[in-house]
Amino acid sequence: MSKTIVSPAPHIHSEFSTVRLMRDVLIALAPAVLVSLYFYGWNALLLLVCCVATCMACQWFIEKFLLKTTVTVMDLSCVVTGVLLALNLPPAAPWWIAVVGSIVAIGIAKMTFGGLGQNIFNPALVGRVFLLISFPVAMTTWTAPHSWFSSVDAFSGATPLALINEGLKSGSTVQEILAANPGLTPGQMLFARAGGSAGEASAIALLLGFVYLLCRKVIKPHIPVTIWLTVAVMTGIFSLCNPAEYTGPLFNLFTGGLMLGSIFMATDYVTSPMTDKGMIIFGVGIGVLTVLIRYFGSYPEGVSFAILIMNLAVPLLNKYCKPIRYGYGRRK
Amino acid sequence: MITFKIGGVHPHDNKIAKTAAIDPLAPPAKVAISMAQHLGAPATPVVAKGDKVLVGQVIGEPAGFISGFVHSSVSGTVAAVEPRADIAGNMVPHVVIDVEGDEWDPAIDRSETIVRDITASREDILARIKAAGIVGMGGATFPTHVKLNPPEGKKAEFLIINGAECEPYVTADDRLMREKPDGIVIGAAIMAKVLGGCKCYICIEENKPEAIKAVQGACSPFPDIKVLTLKKKYPQGGEKQLIDAVTGRQVPSGALPIDTGCVVQNVATAFAVYEAIQKNKPLFERAMTVTGQCLDNPRNFMVRLGTPLSYVLEAAGGAPESAAKFISGGPMMGKAIANIDATTQKGSSCLLLLTEEQTRRKSEGNCIRCGKCTDACPMGLEPWLLNKLSRAGGRMDELEENKIFDCIECGCCLYTCPANIPLLDVIRVNKAEVMKIIRGRAKK
Repeated sequence: MSKTIVSPAPHIHSEFSTVRLMRDVLIALAPAVLVSLYFYGWNALLLLVCCVATCMACQWFIEKFLLKTTVTVMDLSCVVTGVLLALNLPPAAPWWIAVVGSIVAIGIAKMTFGGLGQNIFNPALVGRVFLLISFPVAMTTWTAPHSWFSSVDAFSGATPLALINEGLKSGSTVQEILAANPGLTPGQMLFARAGGSAGEASAIALLLGFVYLLCRKVIKPHIPVTIWLTVAVMTGIFSLCNPAEYTGPLFNLFTGGLMLGSIFMATDYVTSPMTDKGMIIFGVGIGVLTVLIRYFGSYPEGVSFAILIMNLAVPLLNKYCKPIRYGYGRRK
Repeated sequence: MITFKIGGVHPHDNKIAKTAAIDPLAPPAKVAISMAQHLGAPATPVVAKGDKVLVGQVIGEPAGFISGFVHSSVSGTVAAVEPRADIAGNMVPHVVIDVEGDEWDPAIDRSETIVRDITASREDILARIKAAGIVGMGGATFPTHVKLNPPEGKKAEFLIINGAECEPYVTADDRLMREKPDGIVIGAAIMAKVLGGCKCYICIEENKPEAIKAVQGACSPFPDIKVLTLKKKYPQGGEKQLIDAVTGRQVPSGALPIDTGCVVQNVATAFAVYEAIQKNKPLFERAMTVTGQCLDNPRNFMVRLGTPLSYVLEAAGGAPESAAKFISGGPMMGKAIANIDATTQKGSSCLLLLTEEQTRRKSEGNCIRCGKCTDACPMGLEPWLLNKLSRAGGRMDELEENKIFDCIECGCCLYTCPANIPLLDVIRVNKAEVMKIIRGRAKK
């Protein structure tokens, strides 16, 4: 009894910690990262390193010299932001794009709001959208996936969504565009043949990460699954009504940033609702906005915008979507 | 297999003492029996310095409706009647007795024979439960006779015997169910008789297969009593959660279990009722676990009430160097003890020793709004929000709106929080404030 601790209950703690959760997200991202490195080689690696290093350095600098507070770089949340941003860049983008995007993501989207847990918008998405608006050419110059770290010059290729968007503008039907581009079958896209952001190369790799996150209880399935269902139902109805102008559910599910966005960006703890009911409304909102932007917007891709817009609704969803309380139901 | 619907967590159960049979622990040289071993007013001591007492003799009488009798757990001479610090650290009157021999009140039947026939009448049973000083032995220590006597117009449909023992480490109820299943089942039958014929379920979590088997065996002469197996989930043994699991009903906020037609009693209480009615033995000893990974031999003892915790610990091999926290009860809801010379009470189910490594709280980080506390809360509250509102200062109306008074203080939120935010600590303090305001309003 020389030295005893007296403190209130509970006296034990679960294995969950912020670092562990972030580490799990990084592990879940590993398949997608490896696939992007495999298909896009050295430049993808360069972008990844630039993003992660800049995010960490930016947070360290702000916490150490501007805020003069505890440095929390090692909680890995800025690493997750860095990796997500890298996966959201065109694989052939120049390195400075990664650096600028990371500074915006951490410096503006995260730290100005008060750091971890305080930001309204997903930092990586703010970084990406900032780049997309500021450097539209660099951000929409795509490379088709090619072989393992080959020295052969990458040939440029448009993303499936851009192909459809351009084709429709020039008066072709969806069927004609698909027929002219044999790489656009859903099977091809599932196993990585479509051009796009570094992280969008393979839906399978992203789904692997999703399963891992579920198994480790890092996320709940509500948000991704409602996004998928909403997109599938909505595009199903549109494409049934007018198959010449609107792409179908499979095409929409496996193209663009939908998988990456729904699994890794929309489920970001800080910028998504806390209750099941809120998560479902959030997911439906993202799904609807994504389809609307893809079909009727001027950008071919809408997931980033949809998520950012729904991020705005999160405080409201948290306020009005209460969990099911014990003892307030109808009495039996 | 059944369980409750909302929230809950899955801590490792660490039932490392479950293979140790309940050993009767010889009385120490001196006991100090608290007069406040039950919820409500402390009992009034009825002995004075120099009086000779026998085991089972009344030494304290109830001082109100919600109060209880206290009996001597040893034979000897009263050395003092004085205020002392109890387990929780409160100064309450204790009767200190110098132990001489082990002479029991001759009215107590000390044989091992199992008495199955329930001959006493309902009123007689209630009176004898009260006289035996029986209180809820799961920890809440509410006087049992009060619970078994619902107010006019309310009828018990379900008698739920709580053998969930969902707290990690604690094995006292498990061992009692394995070793004394007949007593528990007969005790349940007695209580069912008092309540005037209701469905009776003995609920045990799946991690106690031997207890389930033993109690099922003991149930065979009683067709109205059934054993239910529960999934392992904390806080399954919480009264409200158990009622939800068994009946699918929920106790409305602010109401009592009897309002949903349920009476919940712990298995140890059922056993105490059996001993009081069939064996004429008042409540003066109980099964208690002494455990922790830092102990070489975790044990279960039958401990006389008023035994110093230090004496119980000595019997289990003494406190190792590495023990940093002494807890009365389980690791989720138990109380950390400042004074190891405090003595055992009717609600003391466990003495748990944790090392600094096991119990150290990590430094608090930012809330990452993961919602794990909301998912874990068995009352469907939002601990993160209650924490935020509490710390924003003075936002009592919003705390009330968000039902802070429904918190059962189970600790699931703090247990699960990845950022180590002391959610329950903050909520507990502000819940008390809000309750004060509500009570003040009711008085007006």
